[in-house]
Amino acid sequence: MPLEKPYLDIPGTTVFDSDMARTGYHMNQFCISLMKAENRERFLADERAYLDEWPMSEAQKKVVMARDYLGMQSLGGNVYYFAKMFFTDKKSVLYGSSTMAQMSEDEYKQMMIDGGRPLEGNRFITEKDDG
Amino acid sequence: MARVTAGLTTSHVPAIGAAIDLGKTGEDYWKPLFKGFEFSKQYMQDNMPDVVFLIYNDHASAFDLSMIPTFAIGCGESYESTDEGWGPRPVPTVKGAPDLAWHIRQHVIQDDFDLTTVNEMSVDHGFTVPLSLLFGQPKEWPCLVIPFAVNVIVYPPPSGRRCFELGKSIRRAIDAFDDDINVQIWGTGGMSHQLQGQRAGLINSEFDHQFMEDLIHRPAELAEMPHIDYQRDAGSEGIELVMWLIMRGAMNAKVREVHRHYHVPASSTAVGHLILENA
Repeated sequence: MPLEKPYLDIPGTTVFDSDMARTGYHMNQFCISLMKAENRERFLADERAYLDEWPMSEAQKKVVMARDYLGMQSLGGNVYYFAKMFFTDKKSVLYGSSTMAQMSEDEYKQMMIDGGRPLEGNRFITEKDDG
Repeated sequence: MARVTAGLTTSHVPAIGAAIDLGKTGEDYWKPLFKGFEFSKQYMQDNMPDVVFLIYNDHASAFDLSMIPTFAIGCGESYESTDEGWGPRPVPTVKGAPDLAWHIRQHVIQDDFDLTTVNEMSVDHGFTVPLSLLFGQPKEWPCLVIPFAVNVIVYPPPSGRRCFELGKSIRRAIDAFDDDINVQIWGTGGMSHQLQGQRAGLINSEFDHQFMEDLIHRPAELAEMPHIDYQRDAGSEGIELVMWLIMRGAMNAKVREVHRHYHVPASSTAVGHLILENA
């Protein structure tokens, strides 16, 4: 029997559950490896070669090299692991979140200063479909 | 005998730590956030505990996917700040309280909560930012600290109910400790926030204010709130608020609110802060 996932109808949200953590295991552990300075240097010097040392799927390697964090999340990644990549690129967590929100960093930062993204229209996928 | 003298909650956003470390707390962006902690810093000086029992979550620092304890109690003698990718935060070594921690561990496991015992680990911003917010930038931390890590990153975290009951067990353990010491319980994390997905940036102030009210006055009812309500209404990362219920379980059924502060935003997060005393 599949796991019960009541959170699948939350729009714009992927819950890092057992299935996602299983799928993204090696990609997330690759991110963890970037907590060591020598690994950050090696990764930035030749990203493809570094990624080829990890048993990740080709699709996972591609989204990592493209810094496509939404793509990484859909393939089992999680933001607290991505943070190690943000810092490797000398970027902030806020920057990373803004890319997933598909906004510029400044637009996103201003949205937060203005009180954040409102809940209304963002509780159920169907709310969006209903327009 | 040991006494629980206060319960405290606070968010633990990494950017708050960076603002403190880089001397930016007086900037317009940060001023209102830190203003709400001025009372609390003085309160800590006037009511300094011997030990802080600090409930937090590790952010893929000490515990990555290779090991995911749901509840982990630090029984070690000291803990260093983790290098999360930009070098360790420049904070003092944290001195543990191993005698009390080992005591709590045995009591709580016999009470059916299967804790993981950790003696050697580093502590990340989830742990050090609350210390900096309440103690500033001292050369040495002014009291001993027991780290208590909760998995809230890999779904599912423990339920609110289990956290609340665990808090009660921790309280019984502290009450049964022979040394004449004062202990504060800190629950950290939250409040509403979502850091990932297209919905990143979600904030729900209404939820947050209600959560603080219910935590103070109706904690048993609040503890029944299912995970999906946190996820849907407080953001995928807002679910870490279950950690506040461990603190609340360790306090009396009736508490007195000493201080409250709420501010949006710190980076992508709604910051909530309470100081409670047993009534």
